[in-house]
Amino acid sequence: MNAPTAALSRRVLDALRDLAPIIGVIAFFQVVVLQQPFPNFGSVFVGLLCVVAGLALFIQGLESGLFPLGENIAHAFARKGSVTALLAFAFCLGFGTTVAEPALIAIAAEAAEVASEAGAIAADEAARDGYAFSLRMVVALSVGVAIVIGVLRILKGWPIHRLIIGGYVLVTALTAFAPDEIVGVAYDAGGVATSTITVPLVTALGVGLATAIKGRNPMTDGFGLIAFAVLNPMIFVLTFGLIA
Amino acid sequence: MNAALDLATDFLGTVVGTVFDVAPIVAILVTFQAVVLRQRPANLRGIVTGFVCVLLGLSLFLIGLEQALFPIGETMARQLTEASVGGLAPEAGVDWRDYALVYVFAAAIGFAATVAEPPLIAVALKAEHVSGGAIGAWGLRIAVAVGVAVGVSLGCFRIVTGTPLPWYIIAAYVVVIAQTFRATKTIVPLAYDCGGVTTSTVTVPVVAALGLGLAASVPGRSPLIDGFGLIAFASVFPIMSVLGYSMTVSWIARRRQAKRSIEDAA
Repeated sequence: MNAPTAALSRRVLDALRDLAPIIGVIAFFQVVVLQQPFPNFGSVFVGLLCVVAGLALFIQGLESGLFPLGENIAHAFARKGSVTALLAFAFCLGFGTTVAEPALIAIAAEAAEVASEAGAIAADEAARDGYAFSLRMVVALSVGVAIVIGVLRILKGWPIHRLIIGGYVLVTALTAFAPDEIVGVAYDAGGVATSTITVPLVTALGVGLATAIKGRNPMTDGFGLIAFAVLNPMIFVLTFGLIA
Repeated sequence: MNAALDLATDFLGTVVGTVFDVAPIVAILVTFQAVVLRQRPANLRGIVTGFVCVLLGLSLFLIGLEQALFPIGETMARQLTEASVGGLAPEAGVDWRDYALVYVFAAAIGFAATVAEPPLIAVALKAEHVSGGAIGAWGLRIAVAVGVAVGVSLGCFRIVTGTPLPWYIIAAYVVVIAQTFRATKTIVPLAYDCGGVTTSTVTVPVVAALGLGLAASVPGRSPLIDGFGLIAFASVFPIMSVLGYSMTVSWIARRRQAKRSIEDAA
């Protein structure tokens, strides 16, 4: 077997291993606990083949495309030495990847429904759409700011735990004052803002920057960008709930 | 034949959807490369091929999930939450013990979905590479998956009991802060990151279906208010489990060393 075929078959095997638990859990609950037959076995089987092939392809593309690209950009910015350009890029990356995120669109629509039911906004379509749109903008803005803070931290070498713990304290304080119906939405907004393509790019960017800048350690300084992208939306959405 | 045609149309539709999702990212990358950095990235061909692989792979992955796992997973979440209240009179009140099967299912599906989560695989690979193998990709993913399992299960318990979400999340923060000061410095940023990467393509739809199903079937809960919060659980508890995993590993190493030095002294 030649090298590319060997690499590809290893990826497929890895993908099978990664998916075995979820297939196992669903099969177990379906057959043993709920005691029901598998519905249309044929289409499920084809679907599973798609999932395995898709995951193998994705990981292949990650290693040959997304990771090198993220690191390339990090090194190019480090060579260029313009902090403003780097921060502008960081903001655009955070904002641009979040604003169109399908999970966020879904959660914003649900949140608008909650708000109109709670009487916080008028109970008509226009008010709900407007609310959902502002919420999406707030979350996208918060992720843009988060990546900027995260990149600044890498540049300055600030210890991450102080910033994160400070964020936790802020979330706790804001929770006490924010209206009840926004709290659940705000807490969930942190989790949905990080998508499958953003995460590898942002991680590679952070690790690349920490490698390229003298005196930074890729392990302690390179990771942590995603953490800000989770925490910041909570702070921004809670504040939005206080103001709106 | 018809089924194959349907699948092909679905696939094309998903590819178009994914391309639209990725378009802003590509636009930003291209603009900054061309206008600010003013250079072609090294090995452009490899990067473009990689991007195409990612797009096709993600589309195949999503369509397969839609076809095979999500419909069963969602029906299952609904059936399990309904089955649990089956024998109860509506005015009997809610006893959290009636939902034992739901907690077990939540933990199992939380664990399994996390293991299959593509962004987590990406971060774990990166961590293994950067740490020179000191952090194993597989070990890290298992630790994160255990955290999600505990988190989602506890989140279901919260929906059933109707206790306030902030209590749990703020208590979790206190534990994370305490762990931060005890854990090895190098693991802390990675552990914080693990909270965000777990809630993505596979986990969010399954967990959201579970939360909504549960909030709709438990008497006195509203899916609109109580359905939220599971994602929050799934993004805090992995931080705890990764820090815990790292602390356990270094504790075992220290103990072994202490034992050895005692033996040496004797």
